[in-house]
Amino acid sequence: MIPEIGQFALTLALGFALVQSILPILGSARGNSLWMRSAYATSLAQVVFTMIAFAALMRSFVVSDFTVLNVVENSHSLKPLLFKIAGTWGSHEGSLLLWVLILTVFGAGVSVFGTNISAGLRARTLSVQAWISVGFFSFMLFTSNPFERVFPPPTDGQDLNPLLQDVGLAIHPPLLYIGYVGFSIVFSFAVAALIEGRVDAAWARWVRPWTLAAWMSLTAGIALGSWWAYYELGWGGWWFWDPVENVSFMPWLLGTALLHSAIVTEKRGAFKSWTILLAILTFSLSLLGTFIVRSGLLTSVHAFAVDPERGVYILWLLGISIGGSLTLYAWRAPALDAGGLFRPVSREAGLLLNNLLLATATGTVLFGTLYPLFVEAISGERLSVGPPFFNAAFIPMMLPLVFAMALGPFLSWKRADLAGVLQRLKFVAILSGLATLTIWYLTEGGPALAYLSIAIAIWMLLATLQEWAGRIRLGDVTFRESFRRARNLPRASHGMTLAHAGLAIAILGFVGSSAWKSEQIVFVTPGTEVAIAGFDVRFEGVERVVGPNYVANRGTLTVELDGEYVTTLNPERRSYPVSQYSTTESAIRSNMAGDLYASLAEAANAQAEARGAWTLRILYEPLVNFIWIGSAMLVLGGGLSLSDRRLRVGAPKRASRSIPAATPAE
Amino acid sequence: MKRMLYASPVLIAMIFGGFFLWGLNPERDPNAIPSVLISSPAPEVTLPEVAGTGVPGFSHADLVGDGGPVVVNIFASWCVPCRAEHAVLTRMVNQDGVRLFGINYQDQPEDALRWLNELGNPYERIGSDLNGRAAIDWGLTGVPETFIVGADGTVLYKHVGPILGNDAISAFTTALEQARQEGSS
Repeated sequence: MIPEIGQFALTLALGFALVQSILPILGSARGNSLWMRSAYATSLAQVVFTMIAFAALMRSFVVSDFTVLNVVENSHSLKPLLFKIAGTWGSHEGSLLLWVLILTVFGAGVSVFGTNISAGLRARTLSVQAWISVGFFSFMLFTSNPFERVFPPPTDGQDLNPLLQDVGLAIHPPLLYIGYVGFSIVFSFAVAALIEGRVDAAWARWVRPWTLAAWMSLTAGIALGSWWAYYELGWGGWWFWDPVENVSFMPWLLGTALLHSAIVTEKRGAFKSWTILLAILTFSLSLLGTFIVRSGLLTSVHAFAVDPERGVYILWLLGISIGGSLTLYAWRAPALDAGGLFRPVSREAGLLLNNLLLATATGTVLFGTLYPLFVEAISGERLSVGPPFFNAAFIPMMLPLVFAMALGPFLSWKRADLAGVLQRLKFVAILSGLATLTIWYLTEGGPALAYLSIAIAIWMLLATLQEWAGRIRLGDVTFRESFRRARNLPRASHGMTLAHAGLAIAILGFVGSSAWKSEQIVFVTPGTEVAIAGFDVRFEGVERVVGPNYVANRGTLTVELDGEYVTTLNPERRSYPVSQYSTTESAIRSNMAGDLYASLAEAANAQAEARGAWTLRILYEPLVNFIWIGSAMLVLGGGLSLSDRRLRVGAPKRASRSIPAATPAE
Repeated sequence: MKRMLYASPVLIAMIFGGFFLWGLNPERDPNAIPSVLISSPAPEVTLPEVAGTGVPGFSHADLVGDGGPVVVNIFASWCVPCRAEHAVLTRMVNQDGVRLFGINYQDQPEDALRWLNELGNPYERIGSDLNGRAAIDWGLTGVPETFIVGADGTVLYKHVGPILGNDAISAFTTALEQARQEGSS
């Protein structure tokens, strides 16, 4: 009964979405305010019914209702409750349901909170948003129904892939989807503006908080995903340039560009058509991600629900939404008047450089991700593009970007004095040079590129701090006065400082953990000692442990540093009898200097097993936690900016409004 | 001119769409390239012989020696599927004249020897990979795995798991036939 309610609710939601996709936009064309206002009710109705459907599916998972095919395929009665709940979005069908739920929540958000948006733009935006809803609701109902029944019901389920049974991964998809789907609103705003034929500072100001919210969520989702890859997969890596990782990274890169170009549109009236294009492309890349993950187009370590039939359906959706919006763009954008003249050295020019580099980087990742497909289509040859390509192509683009990021906030709008800025950053340059030399002296055997990256990251960190200190005049005035200034600064300004510093710190983590990683793979029997990065690790043995739905071999490792006991590590090798999966649970001793990371693999061979020998993998990853600290700072920085009063109060009237010259940008 | 610039995103998107449409062909299996090694050179590792077998070990140079493709099979005496696969490989060698090299993965020489004595030795050369390092270079995900290495030392095909059953055998022999034609043309 409950699954039927879910199914029915979903159908009703599709109905409301259909109404909303037509009525408000017709209303705004004809000036019928009743039709325009209908979007308020329909968007709320969509949310309510989608929530009912979602609740129905979640209940089916929680009570292990094995008459529902999706539950059978992705759950098991012995699974811990948290993962039963997470199983709701652990499958293709369920994750789509979460996708549309977030989509409708964002749509209703515009209805409820967008009261300061002009009625016409809001009606059009909501109609465009409903077009996306219609696409996804029908996709679900026609190809991927989560409520499909099985008869006779099996006695138990097939269990969720144990790799996915992890707290990090239970919340990773929702965050990622909030990011992906959040960009849908920006997309809808952009398309609505193109239909209206008007883009101004007020439009950019409406777009910014939505972009920021989506970007924050995507950042958190990506960071969680890489954290999961790091500790759960047992490989000790945090990024593999896997297609599925790339498809979430591309909207992030372009979303970052959008975040910055919207500032220029808002404050200077420039980059209008570019901002619109970025808004369209960012969401297009989110859709492309959904397509690539679900269509089986590319091979990936974690693509799921590979099904060409679904792929064709999504391709149609992509064709209509991306093709349609870009055609609209080709038609309407040339008419948008350009504005805001600026000199080659100015804040605008700096942000332009930022946008160009980010867009090029996105293009590079896109090209690298799809290159195997292109080559196969043209020549029939099959190949895969691995990390070497991405590292070689991507890093050289990021370094100048990060270098310039340090300068950007010092530049004034319209016309800036680059020589003066460099003069002010003299000490930062000297300090970062000295710090790099110190690191070079203390470490050994790192590649030159690693030292260069470290130097640029320190340069950016210090320059960001100096810019912040300069703004509150730290040292020039009394501490109390500085504190007062800091409190009076707009929060967006602190947000920018925090986010930029966070990126610098994350880069230190990226570089440290990849350039100075040490690794040992050894056979061990009880008593074997391994030396790594100054630590002495002794393998004590393995014992058998029984978990709720798995059995595990748990190893015990005693770690000593200079003869002093440091810690005991317990890496596990788990096997899940129901789904016949095995997972590696790594054990990590973590501190700011770096992680000592241990994982166990299967017994090496029959004799080795008889002797009690195991393959032990031990890694030392310096600074690796900086990655997640930096990511957290990015998210917090975004949050601070989002909580800025100026964004919360919302858009100014459409009349032109003078902006104080001291207003900082992100 | 300006119009063209604004129209370029949609044109590029259409080109991408064309590739996607092609890529969705249900006959196409993107996972058929499970190895990063495909179309790259076989790893440059030198493997010693397994003591007592009387067949030599091999290095990269031996793979490119005599013009034809070589099948490299990674096996171990403790691996049950390898035992099942052994007969298929033996038949390929005896009937089709396949050149078969083995990599004995994490196996004690005496066990490998007993296994070969019991089942017969179809291998022309067998390299010993006692510590499993060579298997890492070959990108091993589990035993058995079988590679086809072209005459020029390029890895052309990889089969994960035992070559058993009609589908696997015919896919493998097709790939081998292609490798032979490429080598002779």
